[in-house]
Order: sequence, then structure tokens, then C-alpha cells
Amino acid sequence: MNVIRGFATTLKYLFQQPATIQYPDEERPPRERYKGRHALKRYDNGLEKCIGCSLCAAACPADAIWVEAAENTDEERYSPGERYAKTYEINMLRCIFCGYCEDACPTEAIVLEHEHRLSFTNRRDAIYTKAELLDPPPAGLEGTPRQTEPGVYTRSIPEMKNPA
Amino acid sequence: MVKDALIQAGMNIGWATFIDLLLGVIVAASFGMVWVLLGIWIERKWAGRFQNRIGPNRVGPYGSIQSVADALKLLTKEVIIPRNADRPVYFLAPVLVVASVILIAAVIPFSPVVIGTDLSIGILYVMAVSSIGAIGIMMAGWGSNNKYALLGAFRVVAQLISYEVPTVLSAMIPVMIAGTLSMQGLVHGQHVWFIVSAPVAAVLFFIASQAELGRAPFDLLEAESELVAGFNIEYSGMAFAMFYLAEFMHSFFVAILFSVLFLGGWRGPGAEQIPFLGIVYLFIKSILVYFVSVWLRLTVPRVRIDQLLNLNWKFLVPLAMIYVIFMAFVLKIAPVPDLSGAQAIAAGPYEGVASGIYRLLGPDFVATLPQAGVLLLANVLFVVVAAAVLREVSRRRRMRVEDLVDETDYSGAGGAGGYTPADHSETAAAR
Repeated sequence: MNVIRGFATTLKYLFQQPATIQYPDEERPPRERYKGRHALKRYDNGLEKCIGCSLCAAACPADAIWVEAAENTDEERYSPGERYAKTYEINMLRCIFCGYCEDACPTEAIVLEHEHRLSFTNRRDAIYTKAELLDPPPAGLEGTPRQTEPGVYTRSIPEMKNPA
Repeated sequence: MVKDALIQAGMNIGWATFIDLLLGVIVAASFGMVWVLLGIWIERKWAGRFQNRIGPNRVGPYGSIQSVADALKLLTKEVIIPRNADRPVYFLAPVLVVASVILIAAVIPFSPVVIGTDLSIGILYVMAVSSIGAIGIMMAGWGSNNKYALLGAFRVVAQLISYEVPTVLSAMIPVMIAGTLSMQGLVHGQHVWFIVSAPVAAVLFFIASQAELGRAPFDLLEAESELVAGFNIEYSGMAFAMFYLAEFMHSFFVAILFSVLFLGGWRGPGAEQIPFLGIVYLFIKSILVYFVSVWLRLTVPRVRIDQLLNLNWKFLVPLAMIYVIFMAFVLKIAPVPDLSGAQAIAAGPYEGVASGIYRLLGPDFVATLPQAGVLLLANVLFVVVAAAVLREVSRRRRMRVEDLVDETDYSGAGGAGGYTPADHSETAAAR
């Protein structure tokens, strides 16, 4: 009897654990490749990876990124090479979290991390600046800007292994 | 009790009686309302678990005072009155709908002594009073001055009035067996529960009363996934909440009514001696019935309006009518036995095994058992015959439809996309 089978099916659920995840109390870890809020990465020595090239801004389909570059000096060094991002702003109201900026970045400076709790009460707060986006320096190392030996950090783009 | 105490305290007898009655009315009328607060929570919890969810769990322990929060919210909402609404009718409608449900509480026998008033026409009163709700709904549709509300009200009233027929017909069976319309009389008459001696009536009553409640799968009046709302579209705030209150209260009262009619009401071991146990038994039974109703609601998809009315007028009503006539004959063959003999055996000196059984199970129960057995057999027979007739009728109908298809000439259609009757004859052969 199909009727009985139907009723038995619904009754079965009564004795199962609910599938609900009580979100604010318990959280399911995001997937490995989940695309959440951006982060600006640093090298292991604490220098910023971002060189202010604006390729991310060019790749952005939503026109959400604004980069202003400035010259590095050895007295005040932010990143290896000639230039660094003086301002780096992402408008989170425009961002569609497509990850094209990640693909476009020549130094792997911008990465979409797992943070998804983005909320703001006005539109100015929706613009994330370097202060929010930049990762803190590795433990025990001084941040940027810092004074460096002249002639050490001349290459903007690091030597990378051939991925093949 | 209150009356005596007040008279002792030196109060005028008239006033004491008045206060006594007033207290009774307040308790009876507010019982339903208070119960609804808990009942909605229970139902939502069940619904949640049936759907693999948790259900309300934020307000209070396990979300138990969620309904209180909802009620408070609805109280603080603005009551919007449509322009050109018929104001007296518009405001009277929700009151009438709630009142029609609360009035049922007056005759429900909670225990041998706790009953609002044991009317000699108790069950008739219940049917009469609950159909006032239909007028309230019609008034709501009319008073809103909204054509959709009025159309919704038409649908609802069509449904409610149609399903009243099988409800009343199936409620007649317990009345026939017990030989009384009084609610207490019905309970006293159930030495063997009527669900045993008249299971068909119980099923008919359950289905028809679910439809009368307007709950899923018969919730066409609201159809929340399809319509904004039915007759209550123009209601907001507490006026809107009252319709919901009435619906939930009615659904629980119908469960109580089912328990009283078919599950022996407050009957249970020791209920005659300790009246409070009767209340507990009645509640356990009612909650079980309510659970089945919620289970049905969460399992079966909503019916269409034509299916709804076909089910009623072409299936339930004829079946119920034939069943009433059938049961009248059966009750002539197997009348309610005279219980005095059995009571005498139980009361008399101990004599052998028979007397022991009579004492253990209660004399009335044992004495009624043969009659209940005959009635049960008759019911089984009725179901078998009815099923055979239904199968034959639907087989003929199916054959007629198949003949119709086979006679159609498809050769004229032609082309690659043309329909060939070959696959159809295959299915017919398989059948």
C-alpha cells in the first residue's frame, strides 16, 4: 500500500536527527576553494606582496577595486621592487567574489579567503581599505614600512617555479 | 465549591451563584486560548521534526514561549481597516469565528464531573455551534469589501458546509450505539471504545473533520503556497490572529471530540474514582489524535477544489449514508446488551473463572464485548464490500476511458510525431 509507505516515510524523519545547523552557535567549515573576503598577503619576511600594478582593478568585472601606487624607497620600503600600493580599496557592495583579481595578480598578493561575515550599516563602511585587507606581518617580524639595505629588494616579481 | 464558600462568607445566594458561574465560564473560555499557546508550539516542533528541521528553539527553553512572543507581536501590530469596509461586520467576523470554537468547550466532558454543562443534545450543539464559524467567515469575506476576500469566503463556505454532512453522519454512529446525544452519555456508553465497534465511522469522521477544519491537505481556504490568503486577506494584527487562534483551537477541540466520540473520552483505569485522571486520559488521547492530524497534514499534498468536492459528494456522503443505514440494521441484530446481569455477577460472591474475568476487566466491558465483536465484524464486512464496489466502479470507468482512446483514429495524424496506439495496448495488456 503506497499510502502506508508515504506515511511511514514522514514518520521516519521524526526519529532522525534534524539536518539543521544552528548557524551562529555551530558553524560548518567553508569549503577549501570557497571565495570569501579578500586578503592582501605578505612574504615570509614581512614585506607586502602587492606592488600596486592595478592588474586586479583592470580584471575586475564589477569595477570594485581601486589601487593607487607610490614609489618604494630603501628608507621606507613596503614591498620589494619599485612600487607599492599606497591605497588599496575594494567596495564590497560591488564585488561579486568572482576571483578574477586573484587570477590576474602577478605576485599572488590578493587571495579570496574564507571570511564571509561582511556586514555594514552604511555605504562608506562597505569600502574595505588596506587597513582591513592587509594580513598582519608574520609573528616576530616588523611590519611595513621598514628600512632596508639598499640593493637587496630590486625585483618586484619574485622568482617563481615553473608550475609544470 | 466556590459558591458554598461565598455563601459561608455571608454573601447573597444570587451573587454567589453568579460569581460561581462566571468563574466557570472564564475557565472554560480561556482554557482553549491558553492551550493554543502551548499547542502551536507542540505542532511547530512536530512539524519541524517531520521536515528534518528543529522547529522553534530560540524563545524560552526549547522555544516553548515562541507563541507568546508571536501573540505579543501581533498585538502590537496595527489593525488596518480597508476603506469602505463594512465596519461592524468586519469586526464582528473574527469574534464570531473564535466564539463558535470556544462555545464547543462548554459541553466537552473532561472527566466524570468536570464539564461545562451536560446538555441532553450535546453533540448536536457541537455541530450547530461549529457551523456558526462558516457565517463568520462569510462575514469576513463580505465585510472586507474585497472581491478576492469574498471569492475566498465562497470557497471556504462551500468546503465547510459540504463536509459538515459526512461529519454529522459519521458522528451519528456513536449516538446510535450509545442511544444518547449527551456528551457524558456518549462517554458512559463506551464500555468498548467506539473506534473498535465502528472503525469506519471513526475514519470517516476523522477525514471529514480535518476538511471542516480547513487544515492541510484540505487547506484550500488558505493555500499559503499558492495564495496570499483567502477570506482573511484584509485582516491584520490581532483581528488576523483571531482567525488563526480559532483555527488552532478548533483543530484541538476536534481532536478532543474525536476522543470523546470514538476513544472513550475520559475513560481509563481509575478515572471514575479520581476525576483528575479522566482529564489526563482525555488529554493523552486527544494529543494522540492531534498528532495523527499533524502527521496527515505534513504528509499529504493539498487537494484541488474539484477533488475536494468530488471526494465529499461522490464518496464520503454516499458511503456515510449507506453506512448509517447499514449500522442501524446491525444494531437491530446486535442491540446494546443489558448490563445489570454482568454487574450482578461481578458484585456477587466469587464463583469460578467467569466471575474473576468480570471483576478484572470490569463487568460492563466484558458484557459489551460480544456486541462490539459483532459490530466490528459487520464493519469489516462493510469495508470489504465497499472496497469491492469501488474497485468495480473504477475498473468500469477505466475501461470506458480506454475504449474511448482505442476507438480514436490516429492514422489521420501521420508524420513522425504522430501518436501510435501500440504503446497504449501494451500497457493495457500488462495490466
